[in-house]
Amino acid sequence: MTAEDKQETGSVREPSMLRQKEMTQGHYERLAQAKESGQKVVYTFVPGNLTELLLAFDVLPVLPEINALQSGMRKRSAKYIAEAERQGHSEDVCTYVKCDIGMLLEGNVGPTGEPLPEPDLLLLSYTGCFTFLKWFELLRERYNCPVAMLHVPYQSQGEIEPGMVEYVVEQIQTEVIPKLEEITGRKYDEDRVRELLGLSAQAEDDLVAVLESAKNKPSPIDSYFGGVYYIGPLFTAFRGTQDAVEYYAQLRRETEERIARGLGPITPVGTMQEERFRLVVEGPPNWTHFHQFWSMFHEQGAVVVASTYTKVGGLYERGFRHDPSRPLQTLAEYCLGCYTNLSLPARVDMISDYVRDYEADGFLINSVKSCNSFSAGQLVMLREVEERCGQPGAFIETDLVDPRYFSASNVKNRIESYFQMLEQRRSVQTGTKQATPSEKVAPS
Amino acid sequence: MSPDSHDPANGGAPLNPCGGCSGPEALAAPARGMQSSGHAPLDDILSRCEGLYFDYDHEAVAEWKRKHPTGAAVGYLPVYVPREVFHAAGVLPVGVLGAGEQLEIVRGDACFQSYICHLPRSVVELGASGRLDVLDGMVFPSTCDVIRNLSGIWQIMFPEKLTRYLDVPQTTDPRVGQQFFRQVISDLFRDLCKLTGRKPEECDISGSIRLYAENRRVIEELNALRKTSPWTVPGSEAYLVLRAAMVLPVEDHTQLVRDYLQAAQDAGRKPQDHARVSLCGVFCEQPPLGMLRTIERSGCAIVDDDSMQLLRWLPTDLEGGEDPIDALAQAWCLDISESASRFVPDGTCKGAGFVKTVQESGADGVVFAAPSFCDPALLDRPMLVDACEAAGINSTSFQYAENSGQMQPIREQTGTFADSIKLWSDE
Repeated sequence: MTAEDKQETGSVREPSMLRQKEMTQGHYERLAQAKESGQKVVYTFVPGNLTELLLAFDVLPVLPEINALQSGMRKRSAKYIAEAERQGHSEDVCTYVKCDIGMLLEGNVGPTGEPLPEPDLLLLSYTGCFTFLKWFELLRERYNCPVAMLHVPYQSQGEIEPGMVEYVVEQIQTEVIPKLEEITGRKYDEDRVRELLGLSAQAEDDLVAVLESAKNKPSPIDSYFGGVYYIGPLFTAFRGTQDAVEYYAQLRRETEERIARGLGPITPVGTMQEERFRLVVEGPPNWTHFHQFWSMFHEQGAVVVASTYTKVGGLYERGFRHDPSRPLQTLAEYCLGCYTNLSLPARVDMISDYVRDYEADGFLINSVKSCNSFSAGQLVMLREVEERCGQPGAFIETDLVDPRYFSASNVKNRIESYFQMLEQRRSVQTGTKQATPSEKVAPS
Repeated sequence: MSPDSHDPANGGAPLNPCGGCSGPEALAAPARGMQSSGHAPLDDILSRCEGLYFDYDHEAVAEWKRKHPTGAAVGYLPVYVPREVFHAAGVLPVGVLGAGEQLEIVRGDACFQSYICHLPRSVVELGASGRLDVLDGMVFPSTCDVIRNLSGIWQIMFPEKLTRYLDVPQTTDPRVGQQFFRQVISDLFRDLCKLTGRKPEECDISGSIRLYAENRRVIEELNALRKTSPWTVPGSEAYLVLRAAMVLPVEDHTQLVRDYLQAAQDAGRKPQDHARVSLCGVFCEQPPLGMLRTIERSGCAIVDDDSMQLLRWLPTDLEGGEDPIDALAQAWCLDISESASRFVPDGTCKGAGFVKTVQESGADGVVFAAPSFCDPALLDRPMLVDACEAAGINSTSFQYAENSGQMQPIREQTGTFADSIKLWSDE
């Protein structure tokens, strides 16, 4: 019995999953030993991250959003958020921030159980989220370390406008690189950056192939619940590494094999047997009840064929690849192109394209309380996409890592009602199609 | 005319200034102990300002456009836009700061979840109900994610109107930020000129810069008097006078402030022994007028606040020089004013600028009043509270919405705060 066959029974993971786990474990071990090994540590954010640049300076990235979501999945976020609120943080604000602050106050213990190292630099890539700016102001107060500010302009007109790339490049040259040189004592090595960018592009090709495999019927992957695992290495500390290249090559092989065998996506309870609904999802998932949330879909035979959340760390499917021949320009274009840096009309276009290109039966918006960048305007987006696609959408409300805002019964009721509606709609459409031939022969 | 609008024939004054939704606290104005002496010019000035405050239908803007048939009017949201280039392009800049506590929100609520602040709801309501039809466009500055996304909603809802997002630089290097912002302002200026048909190269931006600098100078005078003699210029009155800058042409507003200053000083109001407070957090979603009056009525003199920050930023002696757009961009980048919507660069302690402002205002304490669900204000607050504590400045905190109606809890809280300052501030 192969590992994959065992997976179908829900007992064993695919080799790519095990590889990713080893990569993550290794990264946290390096972080735990950073002070001893002398490696410098830079905290930064997922959207608009400059991982290749950081790795070229041999620094270790820490991504506070990832720490927060992992705290959520490990059921620690409630405690951390409560601690931050005791320190004066409002109930109304982003729970990623409060979870991170609370984790810091509780000793900054990472997912492996060892304390995370303090940052030598905060790289504030201000891309698509105003809260990032406040977040690192707060962390600077705690850590008393420098901040490298990278302001990434917003694509308000649906495209990268003249001067934007140059502006970002100039900031990388005058702000980011000098600060990295200062903390590491190394000079900027452009050849090294080019080399890493080349590896990034290879991995990006394979990620796109994996995500686009969802156009098959049945889809071999779930692009949202499974997708958050697939994007992990490329969106975090591994873009530009040989590890990432090998991981994505392996993931692609596994996906292609699933297509060849006509298999559906892997879920926590094994391979999905019947694909009843194909959905597009907008918005981040809830992390505190991630598996329960997922089960509300896979138990109904619903598979997410495309999602916007898996584009927060880069929009590769639209052709962007890191280009080693233009190292800083390509990093700037990458920062500018992340999903949450797109205008609302551009986001509506993208979701509508997904519904059409992936032949989805419907789309769902998971609106999270914490994230104004995602959530403000989603009700307008819902109506726009419905109008353009002629398909009804579903709207649910949860949060990222605050368990107080996940009401399982409410969410389940809404999702089930939505599926019933899709089913009914399908019956009506099928009925209409079946009636057509008889109508043709009926006497006038 | 819509049922909840106001009758301009009634001197521009509201038919029902408090609409029964703000509770009895907001009904009587001005606050106790700050009564006008009955000096006619002062009453007239304040009545005019209040009329403009409640002018949700933007009758004053429509009137301006009737008088300036080749002109255009473009709205903007908080916190900062370079109004000078609007003026130079022949465009009346109109601050769209929400609809306070008067307007019933229906269509606005349909666009936003319960956990989004109130300002965008009332702005959408104003737009969807036709109250902003008089505007030829809207500019949304990079204040927060909600206003940023509101620019996209506007593009969808009003595709025929000019909609621009103003990306204000956050970079700490003035040279780099200045170059970028120069381009941003130039693009905006070009778009504004298209509305009026003016040729950009023929516009006198330097002249506009001088007019706005003059406006800042008289506002600085007003704020100075407010600090030294808050009974002469109560915070709620100053607010109304400054708020008028959102709809009046700059020349008119400068004269209005001058007239108010003269009238207020002539009114001969008696000194009061109120606790002097600085109000912080009201830079975007506006505090209800009733809330300001409630704070005053509870025994606080609001000697400073962070509302309408764009009236204070940039130097009062700014000149256009050879490249006026570059001068504006440079002035912004070199301005070191602290704000929740601006990144505080390395080398500057977060809150240090705020503490300095509080100390210069002579305030005895700070009232942190943040709008519910306002990320910039609420994420800033713990840092500012810490900075105040380190400097020995007392503070109290609460949240509000522009349509808050229940003022009694606020009155009790700020009243207790005022008492504590009076009783124990020397200890």
